[in-house]
Amino acid sequence: MYKAVVMGMSAGGMHALQTILPALPRSFPLPIAIVQHLSPHYDSYLAEYLDRISSISVKEAEDKEPLQRGTVYLAPPNYHLLVEPDQTFSLSVDARVNYCCPSIDVLFESASDVFEEALIGVVLTGANADGSCGLKIIKARGGLTIVQNPATAESPYMPRAALDAASADYVVDIGSIAPLFRRLSQPQSRREHGCSVNC
Amino acid sequence: MMHMPSPVHEAEKMEIDRLLTGIRDRYGYDFTHYSWASLKRRIDRVCDHMHAASYTALLDKLFYDDRLFDEFLKHMSITVTEMFRDPPVYLAIREKIVPLLKTFPFVKIWHAGCATGEEAYSMAILLHEEGFLGRARLYATDFNKHSLDKAGEGIYPAKNSELFAANYHAAGGKGNFSDYYSASYERVKFKDYLKEHITFSYHNLVTDGVFGEMNLICCRNVLIYFDKILQNRVLTQLAESLRHGGFLCLGNKETLNFTAVKELFEPVDPRQRIYKKSGASHV
Repeated sequence: MYKAVVMGMSAGGMHALQTILPALPRSFPLPIAIVQHLSPHYDSYLAEYLDRISSISVKEAEDKEPLQRGTVYLAPPNYHLLVEPDQTFSLSVDARVNYCCPSIDVLFESASDVFEEALIGVVLTGANADGSCGLKIIKARGGLTIVQNPATAESPYMPRAALDAASADYVVDIGSIAPLFRRLSQPQSRREHGCSVNC
Repeated sequence: MMHMPSPVHEAEKMEIDRLLTGIRDRYGYDFTHYSWASLKRRIDRVCDHMHAASYTALLDKLFYDDRLFDEFLKHMSITVTEMFRDPPVYLAIREKIVPLLKTFPFVKIWHAGCATGEEAYSMAILLHEEGFLGRARLYATDFNKHSLDKAGEGIYPAKNSELFAANYHAAGGKGNFSDYYSASYERVKFKDYLKEHITFSYHNLVTDGVFGEMNLICCRNVLIYFDKILQNRVLTQLAESLRHGGFLCLGNKETLNFTAVKELFEPVDPRQRIYKKSGASHV
């Protein structure tokens, strides 16, 4: 049974979020943490807007806030978003990683430390290679990896870099991601993939 | 499989805990109540940098080598900052706080966790433009001596000047930002009359005590690095370092909600995270 989803995207990510989040039910049983690269001066209205158009609850992640099922958390602009061992978020203003703050790798690596094989990592459209190191770590620890099909991604560079770095369990078009999430969040879903002998 | 992996690799967590308690016992720097995830990232980077194959190997290296420990400390403190970082905060201080500070004959302002000093110089410039710098003393403290040395010099790379000037104007700057420094080669040096009002000194928020009777404390993007226990301890110390009616300015994503000192403060500008000490004087 998976315990959390982490997603990363940059260029084209706005459209991707508008496609995925409204297609998720309010009762979606996992927390979803998202790093979407934004201009440093972008304000926090993105979360409010996405919350309005989705039935699942969407908010900006706060420091020391517990991860709750059925909630989508966005990294605030200019802060790295990390997951702590007690399954709360923390923020940092450490140096940029891959020229980015927030960085997808920072979220993915810290979430993988905590959730290990119970984590789903997703890399979507984008114009740089952030996220590929993090996805590789998620895969190495037995987590599930999903990459948007570069051929149909608005900006193919990020998903292509992720596929070069880590093998993906699923490579899918944007419209298939929400249905896949719904299927994977069913209690029996881990058996299908047989990704470790523990399953 | 014989072994069931436990969350966060329990053994690894134990090893980091031993590193942190070893450092605390040997050098008096206490990182045991820092937020775990970003602390681990920084320690991993130090391990790479110092060619330590494990956290135990890192402790071995640091234990008998003061100079190497000094190097370690540089990596452990966050030095990412800007002049007039988050301009709306400075605008709020200029418009809402300075008029109130002006009712005092003399004020003391503390920049707790000042890193390389940019925010202290920003405050000095702001107070200068408000005609109030002569009646103010700024204390800028940090536990990173290397950063404090840089702060004391007031010399910064010229490549950031454009961003800093844009911040300055967005923060309500009234003059030309370039009037406040002299530029040479790749660097800019801030004018001495700003520095004369700033005292840079060593202070560790985690292990040192209350710091004077302040009218305003700026402690921005420091608390996010601490766990809840340490956040409450440090916030209590900041509250005790403030005069009654004094102001506390936190980072944009830091809040007093759900903390031990919430009742002692009232929000002045909640969006810019500026609070006024109003409750009972003892916590």
